[in-house]
Formats: sequence, structure tokens, C-alpha cells
Amino acid sequence: MIDFLQRFGRAWIDRVGRLGRAALFLFHVLGALGSLLSRPSLLIRQLYASGVMTLSIVLVSGLFVGMVLALQAYNTLIDFGQENRVGTLVALTLVRELGPVVTGLLFAGRAGSAMTAEIGLMKATEQLSGLEMMAVDPYKRVFAPRFLAGFLALPMLAAMFSAVGVIGGHLIGVDVLGVDASAYWSQMQNATSFYSDVGNGLIKGLVFGFVVSWIAIFEGADCIPTSEGVSSATTRTVVYSSLAILGLDFLLTAVMF
Amino acid sequence: MNSRAIDVLVGVFMLLFFGAMFILAMKVSNLTSLTSSEGYTLVAKFENVGGLKPRASVAASGVKVGEVEAISYDPETFEASVTLSIDEAFADTFPTDTTASIYTAGLLGEQYIGLDPGAEIDMLQDTDEITLTQSAIVLERLIGQVLFSRSGGS
Repeated sequence: MIDFLQRFGRAWIDRVGRLGRAALFLFHVLGALGSLLSRPSLLIRQLYASGVMTLSIVLVSGLFVGMVLALQAYNTLIDFGQENRVGTLVALTLVRELGPVVTGLLFAGRAGSAMTAEIGLMKATEQLSGLEMMAVDPYKRVFAPRFLAGFLALPMLAAMFSAVGVIGGHLIGVDVLGVDASAYWSQMQNATSFYSDVGNGLIKGLVFGFVVSWIAIFEGADCIPTSEGVSSATTRTVVYSSLAILGLDFLLTAVMF
Repeated sequence: MNSRAIDVLVGVFMLLFFGAMFILAMKVSNLTSLTSSEGYTLVAKFENVGGLKPRASVAASGVKVGEVEAISYDPETFEASVTLSIDEAFADTFPTDTTASIYTAGLLGEQYIGLDPGAEIDMLQDTDEITLTQSAIVLERLIGQVLFSRSGGS
């Protein structure tokens, strides 16, 4: 019994300790962001690694999500003779929810896991210690550019996802199913507001970008420096990021809409 | 991958983002009609506005000429006071005896305001009030009237 309690307590102390380390780590990274102003090329390289490399999967899934939404919406709305509203449904679903959330999940799987694996391997092969030996601060050189790039890339990808999804909805709804094109756009414009729908979607993207990059970099820097440790850290990044995105999405939706 | 190619690709990425934001602003949401709302305002008082909401469209002969800016309650006349914002392009086009009515688009659709021009020579100017109004048809009230007249007749 005492053994059980001891293990239980140990597990929780570990967990709280990790949380504390993660918060301290975040403060360090945020403090190192300023140094990026003098070396923007580091940020551009990371924007390429996390943003451009994720672009293709985000665009393709955006197109298909938009097409599926239009198809499902049409099949339901035709019963009420309201098939003109397909555009409204597609746009609001994408801009408010699916854009940021699905992009966040894809980003965690594609870019977040890569960040963790890269940093974890740097730690396992003692490159991070090597940097410190050469008096190069790994927070400024390695962590801060990756964090900022992820934070910026996710909302940008989410906006592209929504835009491509709306075009996909147009492709299926208007060109295949025969919804009136002007009704598709005008009903959409009437229902969607730039500040409260598109703007809040962007804010969601920024929040998800912040959380996913934080988790990815921290898991990489905090991993056990073995090949097993790196692989389990990569798994944890994807699992924790996905859970954090879905949970935060509920909270943000409850506050925003 | 040399650094020049990376710079170019990141530049393309940024351009795609701005393109996406442009689509979201201009095509998906109507940022354009917000910025080009340099029209004039009219006020119309209704006994009952039903389900009319701000940003509902104002149409003349079915053509959109503006939108509802604000709806408030006037405690002196006990009526709803609706502020209409009419596009600049339609300045000096509505006579002073124009009728404003609240219609419903389709059976379950959104409510909008229809303007029916009268025959006066003087035109409505900025902040003028439309005196001839017709309230929204409230379905429950209509059903009530029908039922009442039926039972009264028998």
C-alpha cells in the first residue's frame, strides 16, 4: 500500500517537475527571441523547414476537406431547399474551426515531430553541449528560431487551408452539384464577418502555433538522450500537441463565439 | 539546398499567405462593403421589427442598396428605430414618400428591408426619416388573427 502511494506520489512529482521545467524553458526561449532581430536568416531557414515543407500536405487536405464539407452540406440542405447555403456552411466551418484545428494537427504531425526529433538527436549526439562549449547559446541559436517559426507558420498555414477549402467547396458545390455561383459567394459573405470569424480563426492559429512549438521544442530538449528517448519524445510531442489543440479549441470557441 | 533557394521559397510562402488572406477578406467575408460604406443614413420607425438584425440588407426592387446599421428602441414613441445606411451611389434617388417595409426572404429566410419609392419630387437626404413604414409580419400574430376571425364568423 505504502509502495503504491509512493509510486503514485513519485509520478505526480515528476509530472509537476516537468511542467515547471517546461515553463522555465519557455521563459528562456522567449527571452532569447530578441537576438533573432540581428540574425533573421536563422528564422527564414526554420520557416522553410516548418512552413514550406508542411505546405503541400496542408493545401491538399484543405482542398479535400472543403470538397467533403460541400458534398455533405449539399446532401443535407437539399432536403430543406436551402442548398444555396452550402457556401455559408463551408466557409464558417473552415474559418472558425477546421482551418486552425486540422492545420494544427497536421502541423504537429509533420513539423512538430520533426522539430523534436532534430533537437533530441542534437542532444543525443551532444551537439547542444558542443555549442555551449563554443560559447554559442543554444537558446538563441537553436530553440528561439524554431519556436518563432512554428508560432508564425501555423496561423499562416491555417489561413491557406481555409482559403483552399473554400475553393474546394466551390469546385464541388458549384461546378459539380450545380449550386448557383453568386449565391454561393453572397450567402457566404453575408454570414462571415472578417473580424469576428476570420480574425478569431487567426487568433486560434496563433495560440495553437505557440503551444505546438513550445511542446515540440521542450520535448526535444528534455528527452532522454538515447535513440529510444528521442523516439518516445517524438511520440509525446504528437500526442500532447493534438490533445492540447483539441482542448484549447474547445476553450477558445467557448470564449469567442 | 542553398540559402538563396530557401529565401525564394519562404518568399513564395509569404505571398501565398497574403493571397489566402486576400481571398478570406474579399471573397469569404465582405470586408469590401465595410470599407466602402461611405453612404448616407436614413431613419425608419417600425411598430415591430420582428427578427430584423443589424447588417441585414436594404433593397429597392430586390436590388441591394444598403444595409441596416443599427436597431434601437425609441422610448418616446414606443417604436423600434432602425438606422439604414444607403450606398453613396443611391444618393438623391428616393422620394420623401418612400415606403419602408420589412420582408422575409423565402418562408424561413432572413428578414430585410424593402424600399418602395413614392412619387414626390423632393428626395430623402442624409439623416432624414422615412415616415411611411410597414412592420414585419409576425407569423404567430397572423395565425392568431385567422383563428380569431374564423371563430368569430361561425
